Amino acid sequence: MSTALESERTFVDKFPDEARVVRAAFLSSFFALFLGAVFGIIQTLHRTDVARIIPSTDYYTVLTAHGVFMVISFTIFFLVGLFTWAITRSLDRPLLNIKITWTWYGLMATGMTLTGVSILAGFVDSIDMSADVLYTFYAPLQAHPLFYAGLVVFIVGTWIAGADWFRTFLAWRRDHPDERIPLQTFMVLTTMTMWYIASSAVAASVLLFLLPWSLGFIDQVNPTLTRTLFWFFGHPVVYFWLMPAYMLWYTVLPKIAGGRLFSDPLARVVFVLFVLLSTPVGIHHQYLDPGIAEGFKFISMTNTMFLLLPSLLTAFTVVASVEYGARKNGGTGLLGWLTHLPWRKPEFTGMMLAGLMFAAGGFSGMVNAGMNINYLIHNTLWVPGHFHLTVGTAVALTMMAGTYWLWPQISNKPIYSSQIGLFQVVLWFIGMALMSNAMHAQGLLGVPRRTAEPEYSGFDYPTMFGGFEELNIQIAIGGTLLFVSTILFLGNLVLTMGNPTASGLAETLPTPVSGPEDAPQVLDNLRLWVSIALTLVVLAYALPLAAIINRGGLLGPGVGTYPVWLAPLFDALADAAAPLLGAVTDASAALVEVGR
Amino acid sequence: MHIHAYEKLWLALSIVLILALIGTVTYGAVGPGVAMVADSQSTIDPAALDEDERFSEPRVEQVGENEYEAYVVARQFGFQPDPIVVPANSTVTFYVTSADVIHGFEVVGTSANTMVVPGEVSEITVETDEPTEYGIVCNEYCGAGHHVMQGKLHVVSQSQFENRGGDSA
Ligand code: HEM
Ligand SMILES: [Cu+2]
Ligand SMILES: [Cu+2]
Repeated sequence: MSTALESERTFVDKFPDEARVVRAAFLSSFFALFLGAVFGIIQTLHRTDVARIIPSTDYYTVLTAHGVFMVISFTIFFLVGLFTWAITRSLDRPLLNIKITWTWYGLMATGMTLTGVSILAGFVDSIDMSADVLYTFYAPLQAHPLFYAGLVVFIVGTWIAGADWFRTFLAWRRDHPDERIPLQTFMVLTTMTMWYIASSAVAASVLLFLLPWSLGFIDQVNPTLTRTLFWFFGHPVVYFWLMPAYMLWYTVLPKIAGGRLFSDPLARVVFVLFVLLSTPVGIHHQYLDPGIAEGFKFISMTNTMFLLLPSLLTAFTVVASVEYGARKNGGTGLLGWLTHLPWRKPEFTGMMLAGLMFAAGGFSGMVNAGMNINYLIHNTLWVPGHFHLTVGTAVALTMMAGTYWLWPQISNKPIYSSQIGLFQVVLWFIGMALMSNAMHAQGLLGVPRRTAEPEYSGFDYPTMFGGFEELNIQIAIGGTLLFVSTILFLGNLVLTMGNPTASGLAETLPTPVSGPEDAPQVLDNLRLWVSIALTLVVLAYALPLAAIINRGGLLGPGVGTYPVWLAPLFDALADAAAPLLGAVTDASAALVEVGR
Repeated sequence: MHIHAYEKLWLALSIVLILALIGTVTYGAVGPGVAMVADSQSTIDPAALDEDERFSEPRVEQVGENEYEAYVVARQFGFQPDPIVVPANSTVTFYVTSADVIHGFEVVGTSANTMVVPGEVSEITVETDEPTEYGIVCNEYCGAGHHVMQGKLHVVSQSQFENRGGDSA
């Protein structure tokens, strides 16, 4: 049980500097969510032909913005905020140097601004800049260099963030040589380990190939190679989105349910499995690629299926922990305990509904992973239907629900309205049920994803599941509910920020039923896990990458360049940037002087 | 490490599920022989398709008794030939390549579906049934006109196929 003293102080009381960083990261995240939702509703109404306010050629600018803002900015800014909170809270000590913390936040914000500007410039005809390459930026479609440069700056920011947390952990370790790594810290460190491995590939792809190519230093790239490097990163990144949600499900949800986490050791096992298995699977996104041998696809498929294991274990542990809470509070019966749960709290209901949708997403994911059934749905609307359940709900809704619980802790301000919050999370669930279900069904009809006008002049879709038109209506209604839900969430938060500060909001996190003392020591041996993970990655990727380079060459079999942006203004821009760069150099020199 | 009995059961069931999933896919691959798009074809220079024996003139060709090959080029924003005309009740192998960026080639409502990557040739084999018409869409974003990129697959009777004249070029 928590001590009385502890429960009187919130996170912001104890760590005001860190709390400010967490708030800044969350606000960046939610700003991206807002932009993403605006573009989301525009494209939903456009592709369903309910309302077309943009020309169809601009659809891809909207889609790029939606993808990048949602899955790069919204999720990752939330993650760095949450992890900053979790490290500080669970080690119970401030970060080593808050200036470094602000530096990585600044880099991430700058990088995302650059990338965002390069995308949004695509709407303005008078600016010869755009990046209509979607968030997967497959070459030989080419974006403006600013797009790639911004991504690199953003990723470097996340790397420094990881280093910041590792250093803080090591400092703690010196003071506590014999203690087990606190669970939340363990989650942060394992997730970041995975991130370093995964993001190295996309960083290499951008720095070695795409950025030099967009600047005109090299003429062409190998599209299969850059695509493969993207998916080397692209699958583990989904776990990078998911791990903040898992952290909240494992450590915060049981508390809200009135109970405790069932098993700390199992939680550690799950995170270790993600470190080991999340990367050597990316080729499952390339089942339909020519130029990659079937054997490599097969290996990736088996690894993918094993990757179901940690999520299946999570389902058990999380449900067991919630049930434990319900029974402790008087719940009985086979399912009767469900009535002894705090369904009126948006943070609880939001996370539970998110978990439920994740289970549904897991089923459609098994279809995606099946190498042969995949042919039926590859690149159809089934796929966005699937990942709006996973990242679009399991992750996004958990983040929103988590905010209802966390925001008072990092600001001392009570949530403006729990009722609006509750309504909002339920609305998201209903909206997503409609939109995602209809997307899956259209996918089965063969309706492609990523297109402004999915109705074609040359043929009609078969009439099943209610038919194309009817499903469009469901998608449009679902998307609209989601948009309204997002606005309610953001509005509630803005009003919360306007609330006066209050006291007595502090919440503590209980210790697990089966604690770390039950966990074998080897689980905390991060070096071991990193070396196994790297070995698996080499096993899964060395041969395919060698084969791809062997086939097409490092720079591809004669593939040209297809800029979706126009070059001439870039020279003018470079000219303009030169004096600016000079000024920055001078200013930093001066700063160094002052520093002395 | 202490693991609850139910948890052990759950773990065991999970592993069974995973093995079963791997099993079905493996069976699909080695049993009925569902072929994957793979690296069977050698690379090609996308800038020189007009010098290529197969792709300079995209077309459908008979290569054996009831066996046909279709050479298809995808480029911003269409497919050649269009329509692709193939005979009913036959085996057709599609060789699809791109003259520019990455495209998709999806025969709508079927599992004939592949990525089309410049420099590579995708090979997919299908068995046709009765005469009918299918739509073909590009299902990978390929530029501002992506949504107009479509084609047609006409499965026609053997006699119609023989009398098709010049419409396959
Ligand atoms: C306001 C709620 C949302 C609406 C109305 C919405 C709607 C859509 C629609 C209709 C598409 C398919 C577009 C197409 O393929 O042509 C799409 C794609 C996508 N959405 Fe959402 N979405 C919403 C929220 C989210 C969230 C919360 C996330 C993730 C955190 C997300 C991530 C994505 C991604 C990654 C794509 C794929 C982009 C691409 O194909 O390049 N969306 N969204
Ligand atoms: Cu994946
Ligand atoms: Cu296309």
